[in-house]
Amino acid sequence: MDEPAISVIGLSKNFKLPHEKNSSIKSAFVNFYRRRKSYEMQEAIKDVSFEIQKGEFFGIVGRNGSGKSTLLKILAGIYVPTTGEVRVNGKLTPFIELGVGFNPELTGRENVFLNGALLGFDRKQMAAMYKEIVDFAELKRFMDQKLKNYSSGMQVRLAFSIAIRARSDILLIDEVLAVGDAAFQAKCYNYFEKLKKDKKTVVFVSHDMNAVKRFCDRAMYIKGGIMTGIGEPDQIADIYSVENIQDIQGPPEEPESSKQKLSTSHALKSKVLKQTAGVLEIEFSYTAGGHEPAYIGLSVQREGVSIAEITTPLEDDLSGTGRIKYSLDLTPLNPGSYHIGAGLYLKRNRQLLAMTPTKSNFIIKGNDPTKGGSLKLEHNWQKEE
Amino acid sequence: MGMRYFTKQNRALITELVRTDFKLRYQGSVLGYAWSLLRPLLLFVILYIVFVNFLKVGTGVPHFPVYLLLGIVVWNFFNEMTTLSIDSIVRRGDLIRKIGIPKWIIIFSSSISSLINLALNLLVVGIFLFINHVNLLSSILWLPLILVEVYILALGVSLLLSAAFVKYRDVNYIWEVLMQAGFYMTPIIYPISRITNVKLQEFIMINPMAQAIQDSRYAVVTHQSMTVYQVFGGGWYKFIPFTIVLVIFVVGLQYFRKESKYFAENI
Repeated sequence: MDEPAISVIGLSKNFKLPHEKNSSIKSAFVNFYRRRKSYEMQEAIKDVSFEIQKGEFFGIVGRNGSGKSTLLKILAGIYVPTTGEVRVNGKLTPFIELGVGFNPELTGRENVFLNGALLGFDRKQMAAMYKEIVDFAELKRFMDQKLKNYSSGMQVRLAFSIAIRARSDILLIDEVLAVGDAAFQAKCYNYFEKLKKDKKTVVFVSHDMNAVKRFCDRAMYIKGGIMTGIGEPDQIADIYSVENIQDIQGPPEEPESSKQKLSTSHALKSKVLKQTAGVLEIEFSYTAGGHEPAYIGLSVQREGVSIAEITTPLEDDLSGTGRIKYSLDLTPLNPGSYHIGAGLYLKRNRQLLAMTPTKSNFIIKGNDPTKGGSLKLEHNWQKEE
Repeated sequence: MGMRYFTKQNRALITELVRTDFKLRYQGSVLGYAWSLLRPLLLFVILYIVFVNFLKVGTGVPHFPVYLLLGIVVWNFFNEMTTLSIDSIVRRGDLIRKIGIPKWIIIFSSSISSLINLALNLLVVGIFLFINHVNLLSSILWLPLILVEVYILALGVSLLLSAAFVKYRDVNYIWEVLMQAGFYMTPIIYPISRITNVKLQEFIMINPMAQAIQDSRYAVVTHQSMTVYQVFGGGWYKFIPFTIVLVIFVVGLQYFRKESKYFAENI
């Protein structure tokens, strides 16, 4: 069996966040004299362990501030771990963003060579690739202009065109899809396909769940610096989609002081029971430690686009073992195939107790040529005199 | 320093960073690179007029104009390299926060830019030597070694200050003042022989820059340049400047190594 490309063992990263920034010697002296800590420890990553196999396309999914970029920066060697270890087996691209080191005062051409050097290419190698890079970026006419005169789209094209020359075994990719237009995304997708075909190891951070589902072999979900899930990209993407809804319209968090003594609450299972006459029934099974307020988060999607997101606080606290039946009125939906993701959560820490399986699809049968799209909207008309 | 540090990739990166430094330094100026020669020359002209013509400082020292110029050039190299290095880590913050490159490369490439400038300036000194009909001394062979000493000192200071600047933004102001004091505490515009107080003379010569500048003048211009060996005679004291250089370099390197792990999060 091959060694994994990346092993992360018990990794934690703390940041000292100064309350009042200590960037002058006077304040450093004052604080030293007072002997008080003028900073707060922020635990960006807490005891994360996982392995990425060679040739795997591995996704890291999480909301903003969840620690995924910190994790990627540790993998890239930009941050050092506070505790734990990262073992990398193979040559790794040390960059996580496009166009690192681009200087607006230099010409496009000069920037190509500078950026290439950062990727580990010398002038001779860059000169050999130069034409290819420029052609791919479609910027031939602009190469002797200063970069500050480029549009942001042109800059991204140039940066991407250089970055894909990187010849490493392991690539770290952070949010590249967020920056370009549709044509750029298509180029990215082609590149990802090629990486997959070449059996490269890729660590991919993205908010784009479609891309995660499409390319990743495996993914992990990170939340508050803790790895809360690892496995099938479909499942991880669904967790993300559902969690995202709650954070947008989310229930307010309970204050820390109302700590209840709770034993562990287990995720059991939930399933889509049946779909009859315009009603979808879902059943959640749970085991809760004590009396716990909870809510159900649900999202209905069609072709990867969310068309309805609902948060339902439960009136009764959960305790012990039990089942919840949840029904959803489907009459506003037009015929077609839909995907549903729903989860039962504890209000306290948004802990997931039960979730619908990844492949929870339902179909609304019928064929009405007068109605397209997902929703039936009430409509009226009258002729005016 | 071995193959582990100067790998092909690191060499390529250093080359590109030095290139970029040079391209950007005089961007938008009409005279461009000429300024790296003009700046020390103009300083030289001012100091020459004030101290040689008005105050008659250099009487008794043969070839004083070249003597003065060489001192200015060596001092300027030290001044420029350390001053440019101080904020180099912070200035390249975008790089450090997004790519895992060895941090010493940034200081090193900035030092190479200063070395190139030094070479250009020494060329001008050479021209002055020729104009002033200075006899070529065989001791000139010592000059490279003396410059290596200055370079090691400047590198040590650069490593120390650039790492400290990430945390304490006062460092550059303090260094600016120190360099101004240092310019007058070092026998650049006046010959050390003008200091008659022996204790003060000894104190001044403990400074490695004073030792290096006097040595380089001795090596290149005139054996009348008083060196640390003459000031301290046969005692062990003459090794103090070299010890200072070594200590600063080792301390700077260690501090930089320790701090560089956290540059990305502290910038």
